[in-house]
Amino acid sequence: MSAKRTSRREFLKSAAAGAALLPLPAIAQGARGRVVVLGGGFGGGTCARFIKRIDPRITVTLVEANPTFVACPFSNGVIAGLRDIRAQEFGYDKFAGDQVVLSPGTAVDPQGRTVTLGNGSQLPYDRLVLSPGIDIRWDGLPGYTEAAAERMPHAWKAGEQTLLLRRQLEAMEDGGTVVISAPANPFRCPPGPYERASLIAYYLKTKKPKSKVIILDAKDAFSKQRLFQNAWRTLYPNLEWVSLSNGGKVTSVDVGEMTLVTDFGRHKAEVANVIPPQKAGRNAEIAGVADRTGWCPIDPATFESKLQPNVHVIGDASIAGAMPKSAFSANAQAKVCAAAVAKLIAGERPDEPRLINTCYSLVAPDYGISVEGVYRPADGQIKEIEGTGGVSALDAPNSTRALEATFANAWFNTITTEVFG
Amino acid sequence: MNATRMVTAAALCLAMPGHAWAAGLADAPPGALSCSGCHATAAKADAAVPRLIGRNPADIVAAMQAFKSGQVPSTVMERIAKGFSDDEVKAIAAWYGAQKD
Ligand SMILES: Cc1cc2nc3c(=O)[nH]c(=O)nc-3n(C[C@H](O)[C@H](O)[C@H](O)COP(=O)(O)OP(=O)(O)OC[C@H]3O[C@@H](n4cnc5c(N)ncnc54)[C@H](O)[C@@H]3O)c2cc1C
Ligand code: HEC
Repeated sequence: MSAKRTSRREFLKSAAAGAALLPLPAIAQGARGRVVVLGGGFGGGTCARFIKRIDPRITVTLVEANPTFVACPFSNGVIAGLRDIRAQEFGYDKFAGDQVVLSPGTAVDPQGRTVTLGNGSQLPYDRLVLSPGIDIRWDGLPGYTEAAAERMPHAWKAGEQTLLLRRQLEAMEDGGTVVISAPANPFRCPPGPYERASLIAYYLKTKKPKSKVIILDAKDAFSKQRLFQNAWRTLYPNLEWVSLSNGGKVTSVDVGEMTLVTDFGRHKAEVANVIPPQKAGRNAEIAGVADRTGWCPIDPATFESKLQPNVHVIGDASIAGAMPKSAFSANAQAKVCAAAVAKLIAGERPDEPRLINTCYSLVAPDYGISVEGVYRPADGQIKEIEGTGGVSALDAPNSTRALEATFANAWFNTITTEVFG
Repeated sequence: MNATRMVTAAALCLAMPGHAWAAGLADAPPGALSCSGCHATAAKADAAVPRLIGRNPADIVAAMQAFKSGQVPSTVMERIAKGFSDDEVKAIAAWYGAQKD
């Protein structure tokens, strides 16, 4: 190893591994190596598309368990009755037919470099990209089991759970209490619980005005906090936030009693939305890329796992430093990862990337707020570039909030078109 | 890095050029592909945020400078523009300017 390489070892480590892996026989045939992308959501769908576009000679296979993807962003609108679930649903028909396998990945062998599918068949890879999203930690909150989630939905994976929470809100009588429990960091979509509370409060204000919403929080601070709280003060007097210090942390749930328990007391709910602790999707564990935190440490320039060579992890499952777990982040990371994978397969050195994240939230249908960040690798992590990013202006007029709501909708349309075609 | 393999790979690149759009994507400067989270590349996508593809690079650079300085008010672009140096913006603008449908 040359001195120059040693001095930039962190950065070149994965590049070197890539060169070592060039499948020589494949090159002799004029092909370029095989990439399997596991998980066809915001991260995986984007990554598969971009690898193929960057280098069409790479054989790319996208493995996805479900024929229909149900997007989480804007699913809070479905819960509030503002949007049809069909606006959240996307299929894989616009991907090249030979590129998508609709079957769950059941095993990953990082030594043998194969993925096993639900039907028992095996897919070999030179590089694997994992974007499995999250799984619920069913051992993370006493009383909160899969059966309990049928009574107290999490709705943190969109689909049936989203519709269940919607039906419960519709069935609730005016005067009822909706309790939302928000988890400690890190978790999928940091502003999500507060957007949800806002839109549920909007629904109740217009349809069931004697009802109230309580957020029990395992944190003392949250994303876009002042923007949310300022808006709540004027729009939703019936929305209450209980911080960690004020006894907000839910320590167990009692489904039979429809009660959420904290160290400070018991909260009876007509509708309970428990957003439980989370971890990287199960495939990350199987592939051996998750650490003791349940999430996946990665190289900040290539998203290659720090635990298994030739496996990249993007999206919610990854430990992406300062970047929040969002669809926007997953999409931006996927493009960086795609470029890096193409370079590594070509035996070239990946560029040092720049990434952007933006999380829009709707406080009401015509009231949007956002948080931005611009990021780069530094000291082995993804860090926010100083002096960038931040949240929407605190004192902006309603016309600006309305404009941001329009841009939020535009973002959803643009990104889902980029991912699903 | 194994020099022979590098050469083999380079030769293959020349022998089998990708089509124009693919070659363009491989050359995207750092950050450029993050813009397309909001600025659609597909013509049919939502038009509320203007597309950057095929725009005059000088106009993109001027807009970014005006957002950065606050001279032109914006909802998000001031906060995003501050994340990029003048050179980075120039590279991104030149790349988008060179893209075609
Ligand atoms: C209520 C809510 C609101 C949100 N709002 C926003 C928002 O406004 N903006 C924003 O940017 N983000 C938002 N998010 C976050 C966003 O949904 C996630 O960050 C994003 O989906 C992460 O992308 P991903 O690729 O990591 O995972 P996902 O998009 O969840 O994709 C994972 C995919 O992998 C598949 N999969 C998993 N395991 C396997 C397997 N073994 N085999 C095959 N396939 C498998 C799954 O079926 C799924 O399709 C929100 C989330 C929630 C819950
Ligand atoms: C979060 C979404 C988002 C991202 C990401 C984003 N933009 Fe923008 N862009 C907007 C919006 C919204 C506007 C309108 C001005 C405003 O309100 O901020 C805009 C306006 C612009 C304009 C002016 C266009 C015109 O015709 O007036 C340019 C140029 C631009 N952006 C360039 C970029 C570049 C370059 C990047 C990537 C480095 C980028 N944008 C990333 C949302 C985004």
